[in-house]
Order: sequence, then C-alpha cells, then structure tokens
Amino acid sequence: MAYPANYRYTREHEWIEANGKAGTVGITDHAQDSLGDIVFVELPKVGARVEKGKVFGSVESVKAVSDLYAPATGTVTAVNEELTTAPEKINADAHAAWIMKIEIADPSELDALLSAADYEAYVKEETGH
Amino acid sequence: MSTPASTATLRKTALNGMHRRLNAKMVDFGGWDMPVEYSGLIAEHMAVRTGVGLFDVSHMGDIQLRGRGSVDAVQHISMNDAGKLQVGQAQYSALLYPQGTFVDDVIVHKFSDNDYLLVINAGTREKDYQWVRQSAARFDCHVDDYSDYYTQLAIQGPKAEATLQKLTNADLSKVKFYWFTWGTVCGLPNTLIARTGYTGEEGFEIYIPSDWPTSERVWNEVMEAGREFGILPCGLGARNTLRLEAALSLYGHEISDSINVWEAGLDRFCKLEKGPFIGSEALAAVQAAGGPEKKLVGLEVIERGIARDGYGVLDAQGNAIGYVTSGSPAPFLKKNIALAYVPRALAAVDTEVAVEIRNQPVKARVVPLPFYKKPKKTTA
Repeated sequence: MAYPANYRYTREHEWIEANGKAGTVGITDHAQDSLGDIVFVELPKVGARVEKGKVFGSVESVKAVSDLYAPATGTVTAVNEELTTAPEKINADAHAAWIMKIEIADPSELDALLSAADYEAYVKEETGH
Repeated sequence: MSTPASTATLRKTALNGMHRRLNAKMVDFGGWDMPVEYSGLIAEHMAVRTGVGLFDVSHMGDIQLRGRGSVDAVQHISMNDAGKLQVGQAQYSALLYPQGTFVDDVIVHKFSDNDYLLVINAGTREKDYQWVRQSAARFDCHVDDYSDYYTQLAIQGPKAEATLQKLTNADLSKVKFYWFTWGTVCGLPNTLIARTGYTGEEGFEIYIPSDWPTSERVWNEVMEAGREFGILPCGLGARNTLRLEAALSLYGHEISDSINVWEAGLDRFCKLEKGPFIGSEALAAVQAAGGPEKKLVGLEVIERGIARDGYGVLDAQGNAIGYVTSGSPAPFLKKNIALAYVPRALAAVDTEVAVEIRNQPVKARVVPLPFYKKPKKTTA
C-alpha cells in the first residue's frame, strides 16, 4: 500500500497528517501488517497532553501488544471511538483509520519526522526486503 | 521483532520453501524458522473450528523405543500407564524429573508390544532424547531419534476426516480419538495416521517421509482435497490460540521443570497406581502432604483488557497472588482468556481476581476448564 505523501512518519510506525496546528495520528500499513489481526485499541483521553516520542496508547493484535508513540507534542482534541468496537478498521485501511487528533504545540517539530519516501526506505531496510 | 540475519542459523522443516512461497510470516520458534500466520490468525483459527486447517508440525520430535524391555522403559520414564495401551492406541503422558516436574509432555503410541513411539516438543528435542536414552539405559531396548525422518502434518477441524479420507484407503471412521492406523496416503504406503492434535478439535496427524518433494506434494494434495471445505494453511499463531481455548498445556508456559503434575492439573494422565516411575515418589509425597499449594486455573477477563503471558494476578484486595502462563483473545469464544497459577484457596470457579495489565488491575473471574469443548458429533 502506498504511503500518503502528505503524511509524516515516525520510526515507531505512526503517521501524522498536519494542517497547521491540527494533527491527525494513526499507525502505518506496515505496522498493521506486522501486528496481524488487531483486536484492541487503548485510546488516550480527550484533553490529555501527549509528548513527542512518549507512549500515548497501545494497539493489540491477537498475539502481541504494541505501544503507540506520539509523533509530536500537543493536546488531544478527539479520539476515534469507533476503534473501541471495530479495531479491525486499522487492518482494513491503516492510513484512513485515525486514532487521535491533536493540537500540535510546535508544528516545526514535524520537520524531524520521515517523509513517505524515507519511511518506505526505512521499512525496506528494517524488514530486509 | 526478530532480526532477519539470524534466520541462517535456524532449523527449517522440509516445507520451509512452501511457507515462504505462501508468504507466511515467519518466526523463530524454539530455534525453528516456522510460519506464525498465512492469511491471518483469526481466519485460520476459525477455519479449524468450523471447517478444516492444515499445519506443518514437522518441528515436533519422534523418539522410538524398541525391544523386549521397551514397555518397561516407557513405564519408567513416563507418568501415564502405557501398560493399558493396546496396539494402535496412543495416550497423552509426560516425562518427569525425580522431583515430579516436567521434562516435557509427550504422546505415547503403541506400535507393538516391543515398539513405542513418543512424539515430543520441538524446543526440547535434544534434551528429551538425551533424557530418554539415559533413563532407559538399563532396559533391554533401543532408543532412536527419528525426528528428522518425518514430515508431520496436522489436519484439524470438523472437516478433517472428510478431507483426509479422499487421500487414503484407510477407513478413518474406524479410527477413534487417540488411536492410529497405517494406510496409503497420497500413494505413500504404510503411513502413520493418528487421530490426535493440539487444537481441541476433530483431526488427524500424519507422518510422511521428510524429503521436500514428497512433503510439498502431500501438502498440496491435502490443500486440494480440503478446498471444498475452505481449508486454510494455519500457523503457530492459530495453533496457540486453538490450544489455549481447549486449555491444552504448552511446555515453557503451563508446564516446565519447576511445575509439578498436581499443580498443572494433569492428574488424570498420571497413574501412581501403576508402580514406581521417575517422579512418582515426589508426587506421592506432595499428595501425602496435602496437595499442591498452587493450581492452574482458567481466567476470563471481565473488564476491558487482554491478559498476556507473564502478567501478574492479584486478589480482590490488590495483593500479588500469581501469574498468567498464557493469555490471549480467544478468536472463537470472543472473550479474553488466560491460564494462570494462583494459590489453591483462590482456585475455585467464580473466584474474582484481577490481572495486572500495564500496572492497572483489570477484573477477571476463575472459570471452568476447558474454555472450549468441541461439540458432540450429531448423526446427520
């Protein structure tokens, strides 16, 4: 699956789509594929502060737990409640099934994240093919 | 995640190329490069519960004991009563240390009065073989490791019999649970066909020559025969969730060298009355002293959360009382279940406990085992 060019990516396999200070965060297609069938998403609370590089929640597949790392510092403005009952939506389309929306404290933080092309190269290197 | 560079040192079954061509996700399982899932763990799990699934379990080991003293040797090294087996019958059993803890769990097959086959776990193959050789040394029998001679396939699910019957002249309807027969399978004469498995479902395990062309040919023929039933190749991921729903023990989790038979709740497979065997004295002593202090129980997580291997178990007051040995979402039951060790006083069904999930106590309840029992056959 193609990685949207307007998203930025972390080495921990989250994506963020930013529009000024408004950011939308999810996990990448590669992340959902590695995890397998996702059965549980632990969402942050609206109003909570998330910090770049720190854990803000988790996703669980049948066989594993994986922490979620914030791509930027900010305040949670919305969470995708639908994932509580239908976590498999992440498997179906990881780049559309957002997990949280945040107000980004400092949008320049995103400059350090990977572009779609860099992320794709990074994944290829990590998986060895 | 495992590093791809390490795969060079991993052992491979004859079907490794097949798994890779099928695009399976591969993992290091006890030193073996094995498929964890193909199309998806939940789909594979459901195929076995409702149709049929095919597993490569060639990493399992096979130890044969032959000779006049073989039955005495088997009786000495294993806890179930092999003296009760008839030719063509198998039994679940275990190899024990003198202190009554586990070397491994095994399936004992009686080929003849002088010929027994033990099917053992992959991760413990070398240890088991050395243990059996050593422990059987004083008996008049040969101990041989035939693990590398067989490709072992498990065909599991309510449609397993209908699938395999297309490929063999043996009348599978005559083979009862935990019995076996020999038949021609896919043109291979004298193939061992056992009604055994590790899924809690109907099914068979077959043992064929381990060269890859034969292994791949049989694999493909089974897949073709099962196509009308929606057969799926299944990986170790589904194998684990299936056995967990059926509450079957896994070495290194529910049973190990520090867990004894009574703790693991495997009493019905341990026959002290058959006479002394390795571990029997220690087990009798535990019994005489009033039984084990901890017990394996089934837990159902009531609140939102998934119990995982190694998580702590707390009592209603929040005191640490035990630990989870295996925990997972149960794809067929659609619950979050776990096997756990807790003190005997808290092992009764309906006892409320909590599982510590990332530092949060999450409510769980002791439930009867197994979590899943296959439906009784109906005469359709």
